[in-house]
Amino acid sequence: MYVLVKRQTLRILEMIGEYFSLLSDVFLAAVHKPPSWRIVREQLYHLGVMSLSVVAITGFTTGFVLAAQSFYQLGQKGLAGVTGVLVAKSMITELGPILTAFMVTGRVGAAMCAELGSMKVTEQIDALKSMAINPNAYLVAPRFLAGIFMIPLLTLFSIVMGIFGGYLIAVFFFNLSPLVYFQPMKLHITTFDFATGMIKAFIFGVILVTVCCYKGMKTSGGAAGVGRSTTQSVVTSYVLILVSDFFLTMLLNMIHMKLKHL
Amino acid sequence: MIRIRNLWKRYGSINVLKGLDLEVNQGETLVILGRSGVGKSVLLRHIIGIEKPDSGTIEVNGVLISSLRKAELYGAIKNMGMLFQGAALFDSMNLEENAAFYLKQHGNPQDEIEKKVLDALAMVGLSGSEKKMPSDLSGGMRKRAALARLIVYRPSILLYDEPTTGLDPITAQQINELIVKTQKELKGTSIVVTHDISSALYIADRLALHEDGKIVHVAEPEAFLKIDHPIINFLRENLTPKSRNKNE
Repeated sequence: MYVLVKRQTLRILEMIGEYFSLLSDVFLAAVHKPPSWRIVREQLYHLGVMSLSVVAITGFTTGFVLAAQSFYQLGQKGLAGVTGVLVAKSMITELGPILTAFMVTGRVGAAMCAELGSMKVTEQIDALKSMAINPNAYLVAPRFLAGIFMIPLLTLFSIVMGIFGGYLIAVFFFNLSPLVYFQPMKLHITTFDFATGMIKAFIFGVILVTVCCYKGMKTSGGAAGVGRSTTQSVVTSYVLILVSDFFLTMLLNMIHMKLKHL
Repeated sequence: MIRIRNLWKRYGSINVLKGLDLEVNQGETLVILGRSGVGKSVLLRHIIGIEKPDSGTIEVNGVLISSLRKAELYGAIKNMGMLFQGAALFDSMNLEENAAFYLKQHGNPQDEIEKKVLDALAMVGLSGSEKKMPSDLSGGMRKRAALARLIVYRPSILLYDEPTTGLDPITAQQINELIVKTQKELKGTSIVVTHDISSALYIADRLALHEDGKIVHVAEPEAFLKIDHPIINFLRENLTPKSRNKNE
């Protein structure tokens, strides 16, 4: 039992070490020897443009649901006027970043992992190394740059779609006045809320791209191994995104409190 | 010259390389024979720096490959190349792009790249297939395309991992002839890992037997076949009449 626990602990520590080694390698490569614009542009397209529809639908329907729930729950208590603020605040600080990250992980992260995984098991990554080309710089850095740039943009898009979806339900279904929907937002939505959403989106972008690429680059065991890595990459990304969301929420709010008291 | 001293490598609980020693002379073709799973491919991967040894040293032309950091390693292995067992062509690129990949990544001028790529594809008999994707090729063509990708940048050290495995005898002989032709043209040092004794005798200047994580015998083909060892005895008994040296 002790040996098993020790072995598992060592394996986890080794994985964490490998992950941070990849992260630093990719970061250094992105800064010192940026990948060619052509490759980054391709990744921006796959990660960003191709995800627009799924992010739009997710944001839009979440806005519908948020508006409906808040109207039904709060309307009876005479608080229907907070519907717009509730939708906007939830979308900006939590649901926008989380849902976008989840959608992109499922759509793009899994594909990244599968692509790199199949390159790994067919020795294509070894072939890169044998040609004196750093695979982290050539394969991961462009995806990393596309991720940290596109996830915040997609999040912004998802937030706008969510607020718009909420507006359609609140105004056309529950007959709330557009002014009542939008007016309280000016008072209650702050720069801090936007900063929270964008910081989270950036961190989630880093997590999803690097975790999926790490899992892909560490794939072994043929086609079955690629499937296993892909599943693990999605599950690990989801868990890390949710856990880091909690810590980011706490940390950012604590910093905000401190700054307010200065 | 490649000099390997006391090389050890362990994967999990299995020791694959157990104090392996080997010297490969400048300009020679050394063929390593041995049973499956003894660590022949692992040895090649160590020489080109894909794997790091647990202990021991690998010296290539005076540079201690085994102790280099990643950035230094990529600088040191630029004059080395490896033909992988499954060809390892980049499946998102056509043959021309595959062959041009190294030269493009290392900043060669475009007109020079085009000429070298066409020459390399012609040398392996793949002229006219420039736009084909790897998935459209047979096993033999994939191996030849991978060889074109290798010779296009004229490395001085060439490593071949089971170049004829899985090929029919005619295609295998074509690959053997290409290896010999490449060796003559580039005048480099080659190490070939194979199970195929016929191929080995055709291309080798010297033969080595890898057994249980070590090189147990190294000799010129004629002397090698006279060694009394169960594996060599078996290989000798299974020699086909066509097996002959490239110089004959």
